[in-house]
Amino acid sequence: MEPSSPSPAPALQLHRLTKNFGANRVLKGIDLELRPGRVTALLGANGAGKSTLIKVLAGVHDQTAGEVRVDGQAVEYGTPMAAARLGIRTVHQRIDDAIVPGLSVAENLLFEEIALGEVARVASLNSLLPRARQVAATLELDWDDAFLKQDVYELGIADCQMLLLARALSTTPKVLILDEPTSTLSQSEALRLFSIVKRLRERGVAILYVSHRLSEINSLADDLAVLRDGRIVNRQELPFDLGAAVASMLGDAVRSDVAAFEELTGSGTVLSIRDLRVFEHSEPIDLDIAGGEVTGIIGLIGAGKTELAETIFGARKRGAGSMLLEGRAYAPGNPKAAISAGVYLVPEDRAAQGMLPGWSLARTFSLPFLSDFVSGGVLRTTKERSRTRRAIEDFAIVTTGAEQTVDALSGGNQQKVMVARWMQRRPRVLVLDEPFRGVDIGARRVLSQRAREQAEAGSAVVMICSDVDEVREMADRIIVMVEGRVTLDARARDISNDQIVQSMTEVA
Amino acid sequence: MADTTAIPAPVRVSALDRARDIVVKYGFLAVTVIAFVFFAVTEPAFASSNSLFSMLKFASVTAILGLGVMFSMIVGGLDLSIGSVAGLGVQLAAMTMVFYNLTAGTAVVAVLVAGLIVGLLNAFLIVVCKIPDLLATLGMMFVIQGMKMIPVAGQSVSSGMIMPNGSSAPGKFDPVFLMIDRGSLGPIPVPVLIMLVLVVACWFVLTRTSWGRILYAIGANPEAARLAGIRVGLHRGAAYVISSLFASVAGIILVSRIGQGDVNAGASSLLEAVAVALVGTSVLGANKPNAWGTLLGAVLVVIVLTGMTMMGFEYYYQDTAKGLVVIVALLFSFTLSRKKVRYAPAT
Repeated sequence: MEPSSPSPAPALQLHRLTKNFGANRVLKGIDLELRPGRVTALLGANGAGKSTLIKVLAGVHDQTAGEVRVDGQAVEYGTPMAAARLGIRTVHQRIDDAIVPGLSVAENLLFEEIALGEVARVASLNSLLPRARQVAATLELDWDDAFLKQDVYELGIADCQMLLLARALSTTPKVLILDEPTSTLSQSEALRLFSIVKRLRERGVAILYVSHRLSEINSLADDLAVLRDGRIVNRQELPFDLGAAVASMLGDAVRSDVAAFEELTGSGTVLSIRDLRVFEHSEPIDLDIAGGEVTGIIGLIGAGKTELAETIFGARKRGAGSMLLEGRAYAPGNPKAAISAGVYLVPEDRAAQGMLPGWSLARTFSLPFLSDFVSGGVLRTTKERSRTRRAIEDFAIVTTGAEQTVDALSGGNQQKVMVARWMQRRPRVLVLDEPFRGVDIGARRVLSQRAREQAEAGSAVVMICSDVDEVREMADRIIVMVEGRVTLDARARDISNDQIVQSMTEVA
Repeated sequence: MADTTAIPAPVRVSALDRARDIVVKYGFLAVTVIAFVFFAVTEPAFASSNSLFSMLKFASVTAILGLGVMFSMIVGGLDLSIGSVAGLGVQLAAMTMVFYNLTAGTAVVAVLVAGLIVGLLNAFLIVVCKIPDLLATLGMMFVIQGMKMIPVAGQSVSSGMIMPNGSSAPGKFDPVFLMIDRGSLGPIPVPVLIMLVLVVACWFVLTRTSWGRILYAIGANPEAARLAGIRVGLHRGAAYVISSLFASVAGIILVSRIGQGDVNAGASSLLEAVAVALVGTSVLGANKPNAWGTLLGAVLVVIVLTGMTMMGFEYYYQDTAKGLVVIVALLFSFTLSRKKVRYAPAT
């Protein structure tokens, strides 16, 4: 057990590492050192390049340029197995990719040894058990033979996570990469994981720990690196200034405190939410959303923003809690019920949740309100096209016309179609989930203008995002969420960006 | 607003791509016409109006089955039980008249009700029990094929037969019932009429009503459809009910044609129906299942089969010919087309 000296030689070193996908450069020159006996936390927003970086380290992708050095030696490894042989082990976030259903727990634990032929080609399940017990013991997992023999399908998510960790630790690694290991774990399971991580640190393993949970980073990490747009933009050692870390993760936006619109002050509550639990175990929240203004809900990943939006829209089973829409009980069982009540949602992933491959603007536009286009039992395509043309003009959609397919448009123009179609009727509540994702500045301006006009006309517009600059651009009132709770609720003009960031990173 | 009229730079389309688009769009139609002309020239009897109508009549059962299975394809699935539902209709109609001595009208109603029940069962298995549609309807196919053997002890039902209990059957095929296949309205045989009415009805529903739009939306992206307020399960279920009902109609025409409750009837028609619906997907560059395309597919299959028979090919060449027709049609959609094909069955 070596004490961690101030600067032992790095176990893994990245030097000007870049990675391109086609013409798109995702990693733009990463310099990073992982030292033995230290936990380095990696923080980054969606799209910052975290997954790509992890995949390069894990041997899933080759780097485009730059060097990976292990113990000071430049190495090339193109496959996950080669990485493992060098002592670099990764536990990926998606356990589905690594667990083999249909095999026993023991076979899953020894999967790599089986795949490499290190186990006899013909082996009974019983003959694998001693080695499996040995591997499980490295994590002090008290798994008996009956447990090891059962189908891995029977295991809960937490046990799967432990299994994968045990698999990664079947030989003591030099470098261990953990990608959001606690995202699926309960509190007590997470605590167990932390004690394992601490023990590995004492044994001199260099650990890269990716997480969005700042409380974990604070209690676990020795070093901190922030990734933004393919570069490391902030490095810290204990004690951390997490506010500064999050500010650098979210970008320059945080420096400009000015909102460039006439504030709307609302016209009374449209939607009231009472005792709603966003997650099963989160504390209940109360919210009153007013018409006649834009309410911005901001939070990091896992804050429960999308879950809240889907609950309001009836797209997700509501747990405990109740809602009132303009004073009347509102409990939509499905999106259709929400739409009939005048509650609309523009979902966060337009390709997966909004667009229909091969469909024209006109057809996409009319879909939520088909009955408006029917007369005498017949769908009136002329009306469909003329209404779509009006939306094209209102939203300045760049297109060859109502008959062009939505797939052919740029991201910003696709998003305009997604938003415009919900404004053809006057919404009571319009929820925009990440409306600016993959949207250029020009389209962004148009979208926020139209959304604010809709609010001015009396609708309750709710805008959800994870970027301070974006929420500033649209919202009159800002609500900050952390892990299902509301940590700040204020008029946008009354609060600074620092306050927002601080509330976003508030530790439970 | 001047700046809104700015149009994205047009994608450059090479002459080769343009030629390919034309081939994709009209290629299959051309194949049909060429096949027709070829047979008409080599076999003068082929193109007589008599033989034209008998070909259409021949095509009607497959076309109606194809129209039904088309609905399941539109919502992104595939109904494998249609052949057995048609066979069930054949036997049920025969039993109603021969075993129970009831009228043609009762027989028709009984068959349609049976189709409705099977459709609802399929919908229940697929939508409520969440069994993948291919597997649910595959299971249903075997259940129906097996169950219908039980009351007839595996025998075909015909007028005057000895019933499983030893007595001779009290009833016979109602002459009115036999007229479904043999009758005609002016020069147009009744089955052809039924087929045309159904084609036009399907075309209208699918392209001119909101329900058709909803079905295509479910097939294109069920999650986007759900978030646009569509009750996806309800409409998917309805598509399977339609599929079964159409199969029952096909069964009625089939039993009226063969005049007995053949236990094996309908079994082979599943693949043919799927084939013509797939051919229909490829026709005129539609790239999605559609009513007129399905009709054209059925007609082409019949042209090829009739032509081959007239040229003296034995019946056992027919399956090979059908298979080739399907593959050629799919080449137009999947291989040559630059557009993505919209028919993608759930895996």
